Amino acid sequence: MRIEARLRDSARRFGTKTALIAGDARLTYAELDMLSDRLATSLARGGVKPGDRVLMVLDNGHQAVISFFGIWKAGAVPCPLYPSIKAEKLSGILTSTGASVIITQTRQRMTVDAAVSMSAAQPLVIVAQADAGNDLGRALRFEDLIGSEVPAASRTFENSEALALLLHTSGSTGQPKGVMLTHANVEAACGAIVAYLGSTADDIVLSVLPLSFGYGITQVVTMVMTGGTLVLEKSFAFPRKILERLAEVKATGFPLVPPMAALMTGIKDLEPGFLPHLRTITSAAAAMPPAIAERLQQLFPDTRLFLMYGQTECLRATYLPPEEVSRRPLSVGRAIPGTRAFVIDEDGRPAPAGTIGELVIEGPHVMSGYWGNALTSVRALSPVAGGRRLHTGDLFRTDADGFLYFISRRDDIIKTRGEKVSPQEVERALYALPGIREAAVAGIDDPIFGQVIRAYVVPEDGVTLTEREIIRHCAQLLEDYMVPKSVEFRDALPRTATGKIRLGADETNTATQGNVA
Amino acid sequence: MAEAFENSVREFIAENFLFRADAEVSNNQSLLESGVIDSTGVLELIAFLEQTYGITVADEEIVPENLDSIDNMTSYLSTKLAAA
Repeated sequence: MRIEARLRDSARRFGTKTALIAGDARLTYAELDMLSDRLATSLARGGVKPGDRVLMVLDNGHQAVISFFGIWKAGAVPCPLYPSIKAEKLSGILTSTGASVIITQTRQRMTVDAAVSMSAAQPLVIVAQADAGNDLGRALRFEDLIGSEVPAASRTFENSEALALLLHTSGSTGQPKGVMLTHANVEAACGAIVAYLGSTADDIVLSVLPLSFGYGITQVVTMVMTGGTLVLEKSFAFPRKILERLAEVKATGFPLVPPMAALMTGIKDLEPGFLPHLRTITSAAAAMPPAIAERLQQLFPDTRLFLMYGQTECLRATYLPPEEVSRRPLSVGRAIPGTRAFVIDEDGRPAPAGTIGELVIEGPHVMSGYWGNALTSVRALSPVAGGRRLHTGDLFRTDADGFLYFISRRDDIIKTRGEKVSPQEVERALYALPGIREAAVAGIDDPIFGQVIRAYVVPEDGVTLTEREIIRHCAQLLEDYMVPKSVEFRDALPRTATGKIRLGADETNTATQGNVA
Repeated sequence: MAEAFENSVREFIAENFLFRADAEVSNNQSLLESGVIDSTGVLELIAFLEQTYGITVADEEIVPENLDSIDNMTSYLSTKLAAA
C-alpha cells in the first residue's frame, strides 16, 4: 500500500482522533487528510506531475507533515532537507534532483532564493508562515494552497513501486548521495517497526528528530499506520522543556539519539519513574554507551528500551529487544521482522560467529538505488528473492546466539550528534577559504555527542588565520552539525604514500566500537 | 549593570552564532526559533556564561526563560549575580 493510502485509511477509521500536535497546531486525522488533499490539488495546479521531486526546507511542524502527504497525494516525491542547509549545497541538490518545487518557511527564504539564483532551475517556491503584509514576489503562500476554497485531490495512485522518498545522506566522496526509497520500501520498514515495537492507536509519540532523516520520517509513517498521535517538537536544546512536554502530553513513546540520552541522564534531580506513561524509548543513529542505557533504565524502570541500527538505505535494519539490553548492551540485536541481516567474510561467504566482516542486509525495505548514480547503485546493491541485498560498508560481528555487534565503518564518515558527516565535505569547505594550504578533518570522542568535529589546518606561508574565522567560514557553507567545533593549526599534515592526507589514530582518537548505527 | 551584561552577551552571540542567522536578531527574539543556536549552541552558551561570570548554571536553570533571548539572559544574569 502507498503511504498516503495509509493516511486515507486512518482518516476513515480515526477521523476525529488527534493525529498531530506541533506547537500550537493540532490536527485530527480528518483534518490532516483534508489539508494534504488540498495541497495535492494546489501542487497539481502548479504543474507538479507524478514522479516530480519536491524539496522541503522546513522545521519540524505541521507544515512539514502536511507537505509529505500532499506531495505523495500528487504522485510526487518529497525530498526533505536539513533546515539549516546552506545555499550552495541546496543549489547543487536543486540541480541534481531537477526538483520542480521547493517548500520552505520564512526563515529559510533568503537561503532558498540564493540557491535558486545560483542554479539554472526555475522551481516554484512555496513559503510557509509568511507575514500577511510580506510581498512574496513570484513565490506562493503555503497557507493559501491549503485554504478552504481549494478542492480536495481527486486523483489516486496505486503504484507502490514508485519512488516515495529521496533522502540525502553524507557520502564518503563528500558529495551527498540521494537515497531512493519506494513506497513499498517505506511500508516494509515501518510495518516491521510497528510490529516489533507493538505500536497501537493508543500511542502518543513525541519526536524532536528532524524530518529530513529516516528516523524522523518513520515516526510520521508509523503514526498513520497505527492511528496513533505524533507530537512534534523542533529541538532538544532545552531538555527539561521536552521532559515537561513528555509529561504534559502523556507520551507513550520517545524516540531519541544517544546524545539526547546523555543530556537527559546528566540532569541530576530527576526522580526514577517520573514519566509513568512512557512505555517505549527507542535509540538509533549512533552507539548507545552501556552506562547511559543503564541510567535510562533506572530513570524509566517501566519503559522498554529498544536499541536499533539502521541506514538511510533501508531506514531500519536491526533492533535489540528490551529484555536483551542488560545482557548484551553493546549489541544492536537482529534483523527486523521480514528481513535478513548477516555478516559476510572477504570472499562473500557467511562469516562464523566472532569473525569480523561486512554487514549485509536483505529484504523488501532495501532502497532501489542512489539518485543519478548508477555505478554506485550497481556495486552496493543486488536483487534477491523478496527484495534487494545491500552491502552496508559497516563492519560487524555476531555472537554465538546470532546477535549483531557494530565494529566500525569501512569509510571515514564521522558520526556526530547522531548524524553522519563526510570529512571530505567539511574539508572542501575549508579549502574554499583563501589562505589554507592543507586541511583535514577528524572526529574527536565526546562524552555527549559521540564525536565532535575538529579541523586540522596548515595555513599558507605568511597567512594568519584564527580558529574563529575558520569556524565562521565553515558555518556559512555547511549545516550546523557539520561545522568544526575546534581548529588545530599544524605546520604540516601526514600523508600516505599516494599523497593522501592521513591522520593517524594517535593524533585523533576516533576509535568507536559498540552498538553504533 | 544590566547594560554591561547585555553588551557582553550580545557580543558573544554576535561573534559565535549570529553568522548562522539569516537576519538581525533583536533583544527579545528567540535564539532557537531564529536558528541562531541549536542544542550544542546552548551548551556553548552555558560554558560562556559560567566562564565569563564565574557562575554555575544549574540543571533546572537551563530553560528558555533564562537563555533563549538576549533579554532573558540579561535578566537571568542580573538575578544570578545579585544572589551571589
